[in-house]
Order: sequence, then C-alpha cells, then structure tokens
Amino acid sequence: MEGFTALYIFMLAAFTGYEVISRVPVILHTPLMSGSNFIHGVVLIGAMVALGHADPDEPLQLVIGFFAVLLGAANAAGGYVVTERMLGMFKTGNVKKEGGAQ
Amino acid sequence: MTSNWFVSMAYFVVTVVFILGLKAMASPVTARRGIVWAGFAMVAATVVTFFIPGLNNVGLMVAAIVLGGGAAWWSGKVVKMTDMPQMVAIYNGMGGGAAAGIAAVELVRGAEHDAVTSTLLVLGAIIGSVAFSGSCVAFAKLQGLLNKAIRLPAQNNVNFFLALATFGIGLTVGYSAAPSGFEIFLFFVLALALGVVLVLPIGGADMPVVISLLNAFTGLAVGFKGFVIGNPALIVAGIVVGASGMLLTQLMAKAMNRPIKNIIFAPITGAAAEGGEAVEGTMRELSAMDAASLMRYGQKVIIVPGYGMAVAGAQHKVWEMAQLLEEAGVEVVFAIHPVAGRMPGHMNVLLAEAGVPYDKIFDLEEINADFAQADVALVIGANDVVNPVARTDKSSPIYGMPILNADMAQNVIVVKRGKGAGYSGIENALFYKDNCRMLYGSAQQVVGEVIQNVKALEG
Repeated sequence: MEGFTALYIFMLAAFTGYEVISRVPVILHTPLMSGSNFIHGVVLIGAMVALGHADPDEPLQLVIGFFAVLLGAANAAGGYVVTERMLGMFKTGNVKKEGGAQ
Repeated sequence: MTSNWFVSMAYFVVTVVFILGLKAMASPVTARRGIVWAGFAMVAATVVTFFIPGLNNVGLMVAAIVLGGGAAWWSGKVVKMTDMPQMVAIYNGMGGGAAAGIAAVELVRGAEHDAVTSTLLVLGAIIGSVAFSGSCVAFAKLQGLLNKAIRLPAQNNVNFFLALATFGIGLTVGYSAAPSGFEIFLFFVLALALGVVLVLPIGGADMPVVISLLNAFTGLAVGFKGFVIGNPALIVAGIVVGASGMLLTQLMAKAMNRPIKNIIFAPITGAAAEGGEAVEGTMRELSAMDAASLMRYGQKVIIVPGYGMAVAGAQHKVWEMAQLLEEAGVEVVFAIHPVAGRMPGHMNVLLAEAGVPYDKIFDLEEINADFAQADVALVIGANDVVNPVARTDKSSPIYGMPILNADMAQNVIVVKRGKGAGYSGIENALFYKDNCRMLYGSAQQVVGEVIQNVKALEG
C-alpha cells in the first residue's frame, strides 16, 4: 500500500476512534474497554496470514505463528464472551440515563 | 496481500460493522446489539481469511484457533463478575502477544520491507510485547498472585535505558537485511522485560488506567501490523481501538486527577502514602439496629458502594435492603465514583447484575450536591473515594482527586471489614468525623443484619 494512503487511513481511523468513544456514558466505560479489547482481536486474521506465509519446513516460524494465532483467537473469543456477559446485564426498558463522559 | 476481490470486499464490510458495533456499544440501549454485530463480523473475517490464495499450514491454523478460542471462551464463561477486570487484562495481553508474534514471524522469515514498513514492524513488535508482558503483570496483580508494588532502585533510569536498548536493537533488527536469530531473540526479551518493569511498580488504584493504556497499546500494535502485512481491516480496527483507548485512559486518569505520566513515573506506593498528615480523633461504632432505624426513618439515603462490597458479593443483599427501605417510603439512590471498583463503570456492571435499575445510579457530578440533603450516606466497602483529605491535605497522595461528598450527609455509616487503611493504604479522615459511625463486619453479613432490623421495625 502507498505510504501516504496508509497515513490518511491512520488519521481518519484515529479520529473515528476518538469520536466513537467521546459520547459514552460512564456506566459503559468498562464494557466498552472490553468491547474495544474484543475488536483488536481482529489481530487473529493477521496472525493467520503470518502463519499462512510461514515456511512449512521451518519449525521456528511454525511455532511462533501457531502461538500468534492461538493468542489472537483467545483475544477474540475471550473478549467477546466477557463483553457479552457484561452488556447482557443492562436490561433494556429501564429509563435511559445519560452520564457525561467528559 | 489480499489481492482476492471477494476477500477484500468482505474485510471492508467487516471493518464497517466493527465501527458501527463500537458506536452501538456507546449507548446502554444498543450496547448488547453492538457486541453481537461485532461478533458476527469477527467470525466472518476469520472464515474469509481461509479463502486467501496461497496460504500454507491451514491444519495448524485451525488447531490453534480451536485451542486458543475454546480455552478463552470457556474461561470467559466461568469467571466471576468481580474478576472481569483481570480477564480483560489477560485477553488484551494475548492480543498484544499475537501482534508481537506476527512481527516475530516476519523477522524470522526475513521478509523484505521498505524503511517505513520496517519502522512500523519494529514499533508494533515493541508495543505488542510491552502490552503482552505488562498485561500479564496486571493480571497477576489483580488476581492477587502478586500483591506488592515492586519498585526497583532508580526505576525511571532503568525504564529509560531499557527502552533505549530495546529501540536500539529493534532498529538494528528491523533495518539489517538478515538479522541473526540471536539478535531477534534478544530484541523480544528486552521488549518483554520493558513491559514488566513498567507495570511492576504500579499498584493499587492506578491499575484500571494501566489496563486501559495497555488496551490502547495493543490496538496500536495491531494497526501497525495491519500496515506491515497490507491488511486495511487490521489498520482501521487497530487504530480505532488505539485512539479510543487513549481517550478512555485520559478520561480515567482525569477522574482520578492523576496525570498519566505521574501514574507511570511516580506511582502511589505505601511509602509515598505515609507522606500525608496524621489524622486525629477516634472512630465510633454503631450497631446494625441503629443503622437500620437511622435509614428507615430518614427521607433520603445515598448508598456509596465500593469494591469491598463487590468482593463480599453483597450487591444482591444491598439491593434487597434498598427495596425494603423504598417500600417504607425512603428515597434510596446509589452514588458511583468514576473509579469505584477496579475500572470506571465496573461498579455499574456489578449493580446491574444485582438488578439495580440504572435510573437509580448516579455519577459523581450528578449526585455530589445532593449529599447535603441526605439523611444517611451509607458507605459500603468504599474508602479512598470518600476521603475528605483529597480536598484539604496537600501532602496527601490523593490530594485533588474528586471525591463523593459523603461527609456532607447528616449521618454517615461506613460498613467496613476492619480498622485498616484502604486499598491504597491511605488513612481516611472521614471515619474520624463527628457525623460518622462505623459498622464493622463483612458487607454480606452486616447488610443481612440491617435487613433483619428494618423488617423488625415494620413488624
């Protein structure tokens, strides 16, 4: 990818991240941290690509790649379960409370 | 490279859904939906990745996914709600480890990269390694495996030179055409050690901020890795998490009035905590019966729950008591400090678990003015967040931290296990005030006794 295109993507993604969280009520801070923790579990697909490109005759590459995929999968799966459990407790139907995140 | 059109399109959709999911998680009404969307997107991304042409080792890949995903799924299901923060820490560390692992494979493989990519590869490797080892230390601390804040002599110098050495060797490894195995090994050992020495001296109340910071680190590392392997989905998801994580870290640090650099370079430790002025006076006890009648015949009761309540598992009992009081015509609300529990919002989750509707739960800014009109402020297992020295004593390590004005209430009842100081080891001046009474015992048992007494008053 072009260096500058990537730089623009970086910048826009950073603003997006900043905007998305700046309107979050305090009560959701922990679930949201957990949720964003889940989303960077997408590292799993990067680890899969890295393992996929590893030389099948090089045990060291295979071992490292294997653990990268293992850890990435754990990040995604664990992050999802924990976030889902936390958010499952916020029953809908109650009066919505607006807490200032500022 | 994701040259395949189908795969690229799928990644694009997945990335959009991630951002929408994260946005949905920002409101209590849609939060549940948000994580489910993101979950489907993650499954789709994983499945689609198998369709990238020319991937080897597919069997090994499936085994790793089943093993890692399965173990984490199971552990996430069985963990207690009070232990959630350390689980977030450890899963985050695993993500950092995965990012570092990708870098290690690329380095060992000796893949050719231009200067910018090499820099991002090395940076991502360092940040990922720091997030991994740092999160492991954070997990050990929160899990109670590691109780002391360990401070090396000349800690800041050690940090500085270790960081310098790590970056130095990182650049050597990143820019040389064929780095030796030993150099790569040394690079990762140093980066991992850096994470350990950064987090080891941090203890007590600063932990949530550290976990949030490490979460942001992992996001950045993932974003950098996305650049290295040419995957925009990783770049966007990683950087979005990195940026939002940084903001969340700032919000938390601001709530505690502890600038991030102070947390990392001058952590609160037992020794520093002794700097505060000695508190004078005596603590007075009261019985569960007196506590029950004070609240039963009051107009307004504000409950200030802390981590001590959660550890005792008393949130259900507390809610039962609150409902009893409400039936008797008393207004009962909950006041939550931004850092109550182990992370901002943690206490809200614990109360929600017990069935407390969230229109009864108020933030610091919303409720602080109401304490003066409250007949009783019931402090259960909270300590530093109601310590008035934060307002007055400049020599105290928590000076300037916003606190809940529990001391302004007509009567303050503090439920506490024993006479010791709090989580951060700082003496609490509130306990010695004239309007404050102590109710000793575990929260579970004490609140149970209060419930009995409130019922007796009805009879």
